[in-house]
Amino acid sequence: MAEKLKPDALFNVDYSPPKKGWMDTTAIDFNATKGNWNFAATPESMEYLDMPNVRKWQPYEDDWKLPNDWQRILFEGFKKRLKKFRSLKVFMDICVRCGACADKCHFYIGSGDPKNMPVLRAELMRSIYRNDYTLFGKVFGKMVGGRKMTMDVLKEWFYYFYQCTECRRCSVFCPYGIDTAEITMIARELMWEIGVGIDWINTPAANCFRTGNHLGIQPHGVVDSIEFAADEVEEITGIMPEYSFNRKGAEVLFIAPSADYFASPHYYTLLGYLMLFHEIGLDYTWSTYASEGGNFGLFHSHEMMKRLNAKMYMEAERLGVKWILGGECGHMWRVIHQYMATLQKPANFLEVPKSPITGTVFEHAKSTKMVHVAEFTADLIQHNKIKLDPARNDHWVPTYHDSCNPARGMGLLEEPRQVIHACCNNFHEMPENTIREQTFCCGSGAGLGTEENLEMRMRGGLPRGSAVKYVKDKFGANILLCMCAIDKATLPAVMDFWAPGTEVGGVHEMVGNALIMTGEKHRDTDLRGEEYPIVDSQAHLAPPQEEEAVAQEDQADA
Amino acid sequence: MRLGFALIAVLVLIAIPYFGAGMGLGMLFGVIIPYLALAIFILGFVVKVMGWASLPVPFRITTTTGQAKSLPWVKRDPLESPYNGWETFWRMFTEIVFFRSLFRNTKAELKEGRVVQGSTKFLWAAGLVFHYSFLVIILRHVNYFVTPTPEFVTWLQFVDGFFQIGLPILYLTDIFFVLGVGYLFLRRVGISQMRYLSLASDYFPLFLLLAIGLTGMGMRYLWKVDIVGVKELAVGLFSFNPVVPAGVGPLFFTHLFLVSFLIAYFPFSKLMHMGGAFLTPTRNMPNNTRAERHVNPWDYDVKVHTYEEYEDEFRPVMKAAGLPLDRDPDGAAKPEDANG
Repeated sequence: MAEKLKPDALFNVDYSPPKKGWMDTTAIDFNATKGNWNFAATPESMEYLDMPNVRKWQPYEDDWKLPNDWQRILFEGFKKRLKKFRSLKVFMDICVRCGACADKCHFYIGSGDPKNMPVLRAELMRSIYRNDYTLFGKVFGKMVGGRKMTMDVLKEWFYYFYQCTECRRCSVFCPYGIDTAEITMIARELMWEIGVGIDWINTPAANCFRTGNHLGIQPHGVVDSIEFAADEVEEITGIMPEYSFNRKGAEVLFIAPSADYFASPHYYTLLGYLMLFHEIGLDYTWSTYASEGGNFGLFHSHEMMKRLNAKMYMEAERLGVKWILGGECGHMWRVIHQYMATLQKPANFLEVPKSPITGTVFEHAKSTKMVHVAEFTADLIQHNKIKLDPARNDHWVPTYHDSCNPARGMGLLEEPRQVIHACCNNFHEMPENTIREQTFCCGSGAGLGTEENLEMRMRGGLPRGSAVKYVKDKFGANILLCMCAIDKATLPAVMDFWAPGTEVGGVHEMVGNALIMTGEKHRDTDLRGEEYPIVDSQAHLAPPQEEEAVAQEDQADA
Repeated sequence: MRLGFALIAVLVLIAIPYFGAGMGLGMLFGVIIPYLALAIFILGFVVKVMGWASLPVPFRITTTTGQAKSLPWVKRDPLESPYNGWETFWRMFTEIVFFRSLFRNTKAELKEGRVVQGSTKFLWAAGLVFHYSFLVIILRHVNYFVTPTPEFVTWLQFVDGFFQIGLPILYLTDIFFVLGVGYLFLRRVGISQMRYLSLASDYFPLFLLLAIGLTGMGMRYLWKVDIVGVKELAVGLFSFNPVVPAGVGPLFFTHLFLVSFLIAYFPFSKLMHMGGAFLTPTRNMPNNTRAERHVNPWDYDVKVHTYEEYEDEFRPVMKAAGLPLDRDPDGAAKPEDANG
């Protein structure tokens, strides 16, 4: 299937909707739509997390082996959540179907499937809501968009709520702020109540619960990986960075997404962290137990999110650190920023984060006591505490992909740009409707970054790919920087498909490249082992100013 | 079919009072139904809004559409990413008064081998024109409910009829209202995706509003009704001293009945976005969740995997990797950590 995918074919998107009404279309044919959906959760992962209705099944099978009273379970579960979430109830009631959200979704833009318009994705759920809980829906049925929950509807739920990456771009444009991510999250957790969900969310969640990280890396594996990275730093810079694991009494606990120490191109960002923390002499520790920043529970259910998130504070308390620093990740930061303080008991055993290097107190994180590494590094740069030589990134013409969650679930837009400007001379933004709060998803978030749904991922990646192609053609952009582990894992495939020749990298990879370490040897390669085009010894003498970087960029523009 | 269903429903709603009022049912259409409708509207609206307001808000899911408050030198956007109640108030104010989010609207197109997002303001403009014309028309109607006419109504009438076209003077908002509703309707039938997703309950309010507007304008500009009788009835209704003057005509009763139906239907329909817009959790909460702890009223404890369980499972490999342990390799607590 994957071999047949061609950009030209996928680009010819047909936006004309079917003749039949959306409530009358026939059931999803899972055999005919391979490449657009994900495999079902394995019995092992379900059992490990005490999930209901553990069994072996797949979506393409006729019999989903549901409990006999599955409709009643969904009915009760939905009713319960309508009383627990004002968001859900309001979002069910007030949509006027103005369609402003329709062409904001990357999956709709890339597939033309009308049920990928956020409004209709939500209507899949609203139709059941109207039929089951409102008078008009009961009386007028399909005329007013009400229908019964049947096997065909459940199949649509499974298909389309796993074609939403919870990126929240639609909620930016909705005049009432209706958030499809909220609807998708609740639809998914409802389906889990009858044992319906995908493996690429459940197995990472089970792994994370057991080993502390999604990839299921055991403690010695985490140690090996970071030791290996430290050796590589020594090879490149001549300096062996200090690091430690599970160390009691460290000032800071550092938690990064686990992909950073096992996947590429995340790995170069890990090198950047190790170099930076060593250079500034940060008293920090890694943890093998809290070895995952990400949280696939967010894509699973509110309860699973809480179960996985708990380990961060439990570990911070056990080690007696003062505060927690978090690495580059997307959904990890939505959980930390918008959910963590609420999910967990107050973290009174921690202190309000204060940078030991600059003395800056991170007041905006005084409750959760967690700081984003981009905020931390931007603060170091602002106070001139690190020496950077942006010329060491001159072989890169970077552009920056705001990851959905830090952008729309946090408002973290300027800090990474401050860091990039200080580290790179050739930075260029993508078109304005594709960045910052209007950023386009990679198309693989919220647990959808698998091989089996590759076609839908490439379709969903079209708007992002288009925007990159624009800066590539115009400015020669050759690397797409991002601050999200899922982006780093999945955007390389999107780039190969839609903007070939563009690499994907992390913000702290650029920091690592540009960082002038005390006592370093002559650097002749970047963190990827690429030889530097120019090695200017003069550049090592003065710490570069941000203004210079901006000025140089302007020159490059002209 | 969904469009037809809505159209027929409105035609039936027009026919009922038009013929009914002629059968000596003035009391029913002029007094009983309007009172009933008003009661349903007020009660229904209050119950609905109170129902939403009484529901818990477990998490703060603010959609941030601009730079958050973080480090002192980072220029932040207080409207797009409010940090406190006051900034959130202004964010909501601009949403409700100027339809700020809709102003952002873009149109995605495939052009020259890529997807481009161009700006489009038609929906925003039509929405604004329709809502504000409607508001002015409602305020102008205060003229009929109270004596003497309040000053602000006289002023509104003056501005609204500023160009002094025709006699009686044409109100601009009448035209804008019809154009606004007309655009919203044409867009719904003209754009294939919109037609695909529209329900009868999307067409119905548009037809109903159009019918209300046209019957109202008909009375003003074409088939003059006994305006003294109309005012007598309206003032009577609002002073709870209802009278049904003879000779106000079926057109007026039709207009009044349609308005009555609209307000009675309001609390059960998508028109409740009027109340819901104030209660949407992605807009009406500050983005300060790392600074201020938000409490979930129905929070409960969940099963977690503790460090002890983790160390118990992985102790041998942890020891081999040189990791510090809380218990010794046999699983016994170290003296300094003895707690179980």
